[in-house]
Amino acid sequence: MCLGIPMRLSSIENNLMATAETMGVKRTISIQMVPGARVGDHVLVHAGFAIERIDPAEAAERIELLKTLLEEPV
Amino acid sequence: MHKQTDFQSRDEVLAQTLMERVNRLGRRLAEEKGRKLKIMEVCGTHTVAYARSGITDLVSGYLDLRSGPGCPICVTHQQDLDRVFSLAGLEDTLIVTFGDLLRVPGSFTTLEKEKAGGGRVQICYSPLEAVETAARNPLAKVIFIAIGFETTAPAAAATILQAEARQLTNFWAYPVIKLVPPAISALLQKGNPTGLDGFLLPGHVSTVLGSNAFSFISKSGIPAVVAGFESLDLLMGLYTLLKFIAEKKAAVGNAYTHVVREEGNETARKLIGRCFEVEAETLWRGLGVIPESGYTLKPRYAEYNARQQFITDVAAAETDPLCICGEVITGRATPHECPLFSRRCTPSSPVGPCMVSPEGACGAYYHYM
Repeated sequence: MCLGIPMRLSSIENNLMATAETMGVKRTISIQMVPGARVGDHVLVHAGFAIERIDPAEAAERIELLKTLLEEPV
Repeated sequence: MHKQTDFQSRDEVLAQTLMERVNRLGRRLAEEKGRKLKIMEVCGTHTVAYARSGITDLVSGYLDLRSGPGCPICVTHQQDLDRVFSLAGLEDTLIVTFGDLLRVPGSFTTLEKEKAGGGRVQICYSPLEAVETAARNPLAKVIFIAIGFETTAPAAAATILQAEARQLTNFWAYPVIKLVPPAISALLQKGNPTGLDGFLLPGHVSTVLGSNAFSFISKSGIPAVVAGFESLDLLMGLYTLLKFIAEKKAAVGNAYTHVVREEGNETARKLIGRCFEVEAETLWRGLGVIPESGYTLKPRYAEYNARQQFITDVAAAETDPLCICGEVITGRATPHECPLFSRRCTPSSPVGPCMVSPEGACGAYYHYM
């Protein structure tokens, strides 16, 4: 039930609602919990509400961190 | 590290290498302790994701993954399920619910049976659909079943606020919303009776609350890590936790940093605060009464509270004496230890909620283990 789906905002209707898509599926979602969200942002959608923005810089940094972590001896 | 072939994505290579690391470290730790490590996946979606990805099975030689009180339907007390289901039998009511609840057995009925018998039950993806339904059906008494944890609470709050803004007089919400940190506190209150070595913390509850909301766990000396839900997230959460266990680091880590912030989502919490307040005590399946562990509507929104506005006469709750859902969701037992599992209790004929909720541990074990 706490399932969240990462989606990309494809158009913004107003400060409450937007259209988001993933893998060809489009949904109207509420963006009232992610103020300042813009078209192109990736958000995590739960029960029709974006509950957080997905930070692309953090995501990339995490992959780098993971690579460093895996270079370390056990 | 593995060499990437033309057919493998970067993530696959990383996942494979990470899985090997988890294996090596997990085995070493289990050898040192002379027993399997016991880790609680607090979130029901984690239970399903670890089982479905095959990780639960792959690590089973040295890791004992236990479910926690993190499947909202499974932790809902039978008495509350009965009250919710009885609403479908009232005159003119139209129940709007997440699909998860449809086939969950109460003591006497399910929402699915009520629907088949003529009750009006509608499945929603977003709670906002309940407001639309109320606007389109002015003669119906529309009741949205607001079941969930902190992740779902802001959506439920936004829905009630929208019903208020549209001045709807035929919309109510039935709050069955529980809080995860008090449930973990309750588990730890009697020391560490299940002998847990670590906690995998719920990624999406943490999205709203922030990873800091779980820092109280450190006092118990047990390491904890917030994890996400995709394959790499699952492995990274597990590996970070194993490293904490190896380093005897009783801290709360975050392996889901691209979504979860230490301070969480304040806008979401403000929404919750506008509609909900923490009630003095809440009854949980398997855990009994836990103080300050659930939300109810603020007095200002009492007219929208279906729990107060629709009082039904419900007989005392009955549960199958052999069903051990209560033990499964508190990490005291695994689904395989239940005498009913896969015999009298199956997804098509469930005895307890853990077998039929999409986040239930028994259902996950039935399908993937």
